[in-house]
Amino acid sequence: MKKNNLNRVPMPKQKPKTRTKNFDEVALGYNSQQAKNEAERCIQCPNPTCIEGCPVEINIPGFIKAIVEDDMPEAVKILKEKNSLPGICGRVCPQEVQCEEKCVFAKKDAPVAIGRLERFVADWEQAHLKSSDQPLVKTKPKGKRIAVVGAGPAGLTVSADLAKLGHQVTIFEALHAPGGVLTYGIPNFRLPKNIVNNEIGYVKSLGVQIELDSVVGKKMTIDELLDNDFQAVFLGVGAGLPLFLNIPEENLNGVYSANEFLTRVNLMKAYKFPDYYTPIKVGKRIAVIGGGNVAMDSARTALRLGSEEVFIVYRRSETEMPARQEEIENAKEEGIKFKLLANPKRFLGDEQNWLKGMECYRTKLGEPDKSGRRRPLEIPGSEFIMDIDIAVVALGTSPNPLIAASTKDLEFTEKGTLLIDEKTGKTTKPGVWAGGDIVSGSATVISAMGAGQRAAKSIHATLMDSD
Amino acid sequence: MYEILSKQKLVPKIHLLKIREPILAKKSKPGQFVVLKIDEEGERIPLNIADWDENAGSIDFVIFEKGATTLKLASLKQGDSLVSLAGPLGLPTQIEKFGHVVCLAAGVAAGFIIPIAKAMKQKGNKVTSLIWQKNKKMVFWEDRLAEASDRLIIATEDGSYGQKGPAPVLLKKMLENGEKIDRVNAMGPGPMLKACSDITRPFGIKTIVSLHSIMVDGIGMCGSCRVSVGGKTKFACVDGPDFDGHQVDWKLFSARNSLYKDEEKIAIEQHFS
Repeated sequence: MKKNNLNRVPMPKQKPKTRTKNFDEVALGYNSQQAKNEAERCIQCPNPTCIEGCPVEINIPGFIKAIVEDDMPEAVKILKEKNSLPGICGRVCPQEVQCEEKCVFAKKDAPVAIGRLERFVADWEQAHLKSSDQPLVKTKPKGKRIAVVGAGPAGLTVSADLAKLGHQVTIFEALHAPGGVLTYGIPNFRLPKNIVNNEIGYVKSLGVQIELDSVVGKKMTIDELLDNDFQAVFLGVGAGLPLFLNIPEENLNGVYSANEFLTRVNLMKAYKFPDYYTPIKVGKRIAVIGGGNVAMDSARTALRLGSEEVFIVYRRSETEMPARQEEIENAKEEGIKFKLLANPKRFLGDEQNWLKGMECYRTKLGEPDKSGRRRPLEIPGSEFIMDIDIAVVALGTSPNPLIAASTKDLEFTEKGTLLIDEKTGKTTKPGVWAGGDIVSGSATVISAMGAGQRAAKSIHATLMDSD
Repeated sequence: MYEILSKQKLVPKIHLLKIREPILAKKSKPGQFVVLKIDEEGERIPLNIADWDENAGSIDFVIFEKGATTLKLASLKQGDSLVSLAGPLGLPTQIEKFGHVVCLAAGVAAGFIIPIAKAMKQKGNKVTSLIWQKNKKMVFWEDRLAEASDRLIIATEDGSYGQKGPAPVLLKKMLENGEKIDRVNAMGPGPMLKACSDITRPFGIKTIVSLHSIMVDGIGMCGSCRVSVGGKTKFACVDGPDFDGHQVDWKLFSARNSLYKDEEKIAIEQHFS
């Protein structure tokens, strides 16, 4: 009897010393032999629990079986039935707390590397299939027009799903490039922009129109969209407002929000300054405050821009860090220094208002708080000063208030997130659905996509019912 | 793509750009701005909207050659296009009947204060426009300004045209002469806005300043444009650009606006020498 290999096939990566000098992708992806070896570890459970762990319910054993059988077009087909952005998800989904956590192997040993296999299939498709090979939508046009606000993960998913059902979809995107956080937020070394562009290209190939530079709430309102031949509006505008620490001297020159720091680099390509016009201050010693993926992205970006010493300052311990384990490991391999159980108290500046340091205090962990993580408590008299010239605040984001300010009849929670019916994505305003970070606060790409998928079903059912 | 319908040099270094954008031509309000990007390599910069024509489907900008992007804008010709233009951004200027309103502008801002003066006049205010330029050669749109206001005062730094002296000093003279002013709307460089605010403070005259901070997205996403007003951090792009000049932390504003001074020189060196 053939014995199952319980060890995952490792992901080939660029070496730390090389990769901190470039913005190319760190993880290089499986070759076909590696993919096949890993795929063969899947035992094809009759009642696969991995699917339950996937917010968009991909037939995981199905596409893995196709890899084993060397039927790559079939693997692509199965994947794309449920996921229009597999190259993106294969790279940035936290599979370890979703599908892979539910894999039967996870209890005893390493789960099947579902995410890496998903990425392998998506990359195979990009390399082997021409866009003319893409399955065209054969569904009969339904004569319904839907406006989607925001071309991020939620908006792209809802649009693709509705287009596949025969609806006419227009996305209104505020920035000059589509993709939302996939474009301005996640760095190229974790999610290459050609992958994002290819997958957006796929969504467009389904007939979805994307209108750029269209700030809904300013250029047009939701009510105007509903009055102008759109039968439904989906709001996937994300959580665009950066949170700051609200400590003294936070407006010094040299204190960035992670949103600004990453947008300058990813969207505006400040790493190519002065060929590209957008500047960025790099700094010799830089502190990134926060423990999530965005904090890791910012720290690793700073290193690639040429900072000599990069610190992550986090008020809890590594166990409580919301970042993916993989990203924490990547950051450590690259030489990012972790200052854990420490929290900034105030920033220190010079005469010209430039950041020169940050006073922090040490913390210890108390009882769990509402988030279930142990609460950090200040240790009195533990203050210390870090000499830094750049700080990046990566504490998360809250919903952008533009929509709230320009739309009546929408209800919001105290946190500023939009109130919806969880199952359908319906807001309190007739004809308006929503999903993604504007509803959940800052969360993941795939949870936004799951919300988009649910909303697409509900929009379709509602519009077809009304006939 | 956003086509440049026409371009005209008004005075040295100041140009009028007319750009096709039918929706903005309908939607723009006094005091609002756009964020534009010229080409693939371009940065996103905010620019005040100087005028709009719903019938022609066009919006006007008055630009001053200063940084790398405005130099590049000045080099474009009729028929060229911009890759991105988003707006109308920011909260519109509060237009109400206040009584006697002084619209004060220096340099290029003389071009985009006009919609505010016009709207204030239409609301029934008595509008005095106080315009400050370096010298006679730099005075532009005197006719348009005169039409938008009830009274137009032009001042030059060297006295080569109109009155002599900085606009804030003239404002002070008006107040000291007992002239009743109910509101000041000021646009121009930070130090001048601060000077105006300092002058009106003892007289208790509400002074609204339009703050041109450094921006990236212009929709509240990045916080590059943050200013401190009344001790609270505000984003100029979504909470402004208009703020109460008496409440603004001017030291912080001027420091943050000089953040990329060195890089600006490098970019100009790279692209224009």
